[in-house]
Amino acid sequence: MIWIERQRAFLDFTLSSLWRRKVRNLSLLMIYALIIFLLSSVIFFTHALRKEAESVLKDSPEMIVQRVVGGRHSLIPISYVEKIDQIRGTSSVRPRLWGYYFHPASKTNYTIMVPEEFSQPDDTVETGAGVLRTWGPLWKGKLYFKTHDGEAILLKAINTMGDETDLVSADLILMSESTFRKISGIPEGYANDLSVNIRNERESQTIMMKTVKALPDTRPILKKEIIRTYISLFDWRGGYVIVLLWGALLAFFIFAWDKATGLSAEEKTEIGILKGIGWDTSDVLMMKFWEGVVISLSAFFLGVIAAYVHVYFASATFFEHALKGWSILYPKFSLRPSVNPYQLAILFFLTVVPYTLLTIVPTWKVAITEPDLVMRH
Amino acid sequence: MLLNPAIIALISGSLLVSIFAFYALVTALGILRHWDIQSGSERQLALERKTYLISTIFSYLLGFELFSLILFIYNAQHMHDLFVGAMCAAGSLNVNNWGYITLVFKIITFVLCGVWLIVNHSDNRAHDYPLIRPKYKLLILLTAMIGLETIFQTCYFMGLEADVMTSCCGTIFSEETQGITGDMARLPPFRTMIVFYVALILTLRVGIDVLVTGRGPAVFGLLAGVTTVVSLVAVISSISLYYYELPTHHCPFCLFQNDYHYIGYPLYIFLFLGGITGMGTGAIEGLKGPASLSRLIPALQRRLCLFSMAGFLIFALIATYPMIFTDFVPDF
Repeated sequence: MIWIERQRAFLDFTLSSLWRRKVRNLSLLMIYALIIFLLSSVIFFTHALRKEAESVLKDSPEMIVQRVVGGRHSLIPISYVEKIDQIRGTSSVRPRLWGYYFHPASKTNYTIMVPEEFSQPDDTVETGAGVLRTWGPLWKGKLYFKTHDGEAILLKAINTMGDETDLVSADLILMSESTFRKISGIPEGYANDLSVNIRNERESQTIMMKTVKALPDTRPILKKEIIRTYISLFDWRGGYVIVLLWGALLAFFIFAWDKATGLSAEEKTEIGILKGIGWDTSDVLMMKFWEGVVISLSAFFLGVIAAYVHVYFASATFFEHALKGWSILYPKFSLRPSVNPYQLAILFFLTVVPYTLLTIVPTWKVAITEPDLVMRH
Repeated sequence: MLLNPAIIALISGSLLVSIFAFYALVTALGILRHWDIQSGSERQLALERKTYLISTIFSYLLGFELFSLILFIYNAQHMHDLFVGAMCAAGSLNVNNWGYITLVFKIITFVLCGVWLIVNHSDNRAHDYPLIRPKYKLLILLTAMIGLETIFQTCYFMGLEADVMTSCCGTIFSEETQGITGDMARLPPFRTMIVFYVALILTLRVGIDVLVTGRGPAVFGLLAGVTTVVSLVAVISSISLYYYELPTHHCPFCLFQNDYHYIGYPLYIFLFLGGITGMGTGAIEGLKGPASLSRLIPALQRRLCLFSMAGFLIFALIATYPMIFTDFVPDF
């Protein structure tokens, strides 16, 4: 109890002492908070993107089988479906038809695709939110397409998909199989790739090997591998931005070191007087410890909260392009807020630990000041 | 090598910690060379002031070592998706030869740092620095450990390749595995628990003696060390079974996962609290020699002993809880 009272008194004294030199301390606090803001924006943003990618891929098939000809991705015969279906452990195999369509008027590439079930007539397409936004003028609500052999067709656009799926559906146009084959030129009996659902995901590795054995010209891609690639991609991008920010970090640490070393005459007198009236060196060190705690924690919370707002409410305006990728038609999406102790621990280690260590020596130099030396001046 | 923010934080943090530990060590050796408590010279005064610097540096380092240990485990947990076959931290640490040795060194440095601070604290309470030589010599070992830990950790992270095939905790801590992890998993759960509770009760009993009469701190220290090791074995051989409610899963790392409410963190933190303060109680028994300390040490021992008993008790409660409140009954 006495110990707690004692620490409380130290904290109380430290706070009032910090407040007496508010301009000086506030400038340090602002720069400290800015550094934490930059780092935590990067960490929050890459983490949120990773989560987003994971949730998008959650319902995707466990395995995709592509055919490779001459080392390049090629059309796969639909007859392969049967052979894969015979492998024990697969629950369904389905050919997928998808491709890209370049629309000269808007100078944009769209994704065209045949969904599993398409209930509309052949002359109708379903479009994502970004498509109608960018397509340009419509003719009576119809989109103008050019087929692979140069013929022109008009397709009615309906049923815009919602914003929730914007990340994947912004540039998406869904159509019936016959319309798709007409536009893309993919012949009957062929598909882009096969999607395979697997009952028990732990068996996917074995099923993948069996597929390659049965069909040597195919390349299966597992969902797990895609997720792993995304994770390392976003982790790696975050890591790189932090490496780039090293310069700023270093500048801040030098600034903090300098602040801690160059005490004003007023502060020196204060410590001299404290020691004169009976404070011990360890008491001064304790006071300085609390000073560090107050400054670091305030900066930490300020920076983290600002970064939270920046990333989750303002869509990380500052880093978007470096971390997300770019495209003419990039979807609008807001990230789902998620902060965990892991991210906070990383931030703490990158900022508070070096700050604290760097200020130990200057602090100690202050704490051993001799009272008579100060008062004589 | 993989480059994620946590790896950058851990490597740069450990590097800074090593640099400061080394700086403190050099200062300490400088103090030892010219130390003369009888002298009132200016140099002696300056040296005495420098002792504050070393204490301050190591108090901060202890805090950071704990943080870095937790972050290291959490990061291993976080990375397991990247390695084929890994299902928790056990697999990520197994990716190359450096993972487990880094973890062991991190734990040892943390414990050593704690014991050193206890010795340092008792030395500072006396007016004539009776322990200055042994405690600063101990710093040589401590700094070497911190340096090695930094090197091992860097090797571990540099050697990470995302496409490496590793083993999951199910095989590392399996009853069929050869080696120490398999041996621990093979121990009969029921008998291991009996040994655990006997060790715990003995420790607490001697602890009460230390608190009331001040006798037997050395025995208490020894028992605390034994209980820590027995507890770790008990976690692998039986406590984990109750948490996972699976008779075959012995992994000590899956406890850190979200699925088990991160229970591993409090579990191990309280175990180490009990272990460090308990061994500290015994360690300072040998320091009673100097007259200035003979009266201070018993009071300090009582306090450490109290912390240690509290740590072990809370650990035991966390470990016992699932045995009572789950329907799971392992087949003993």
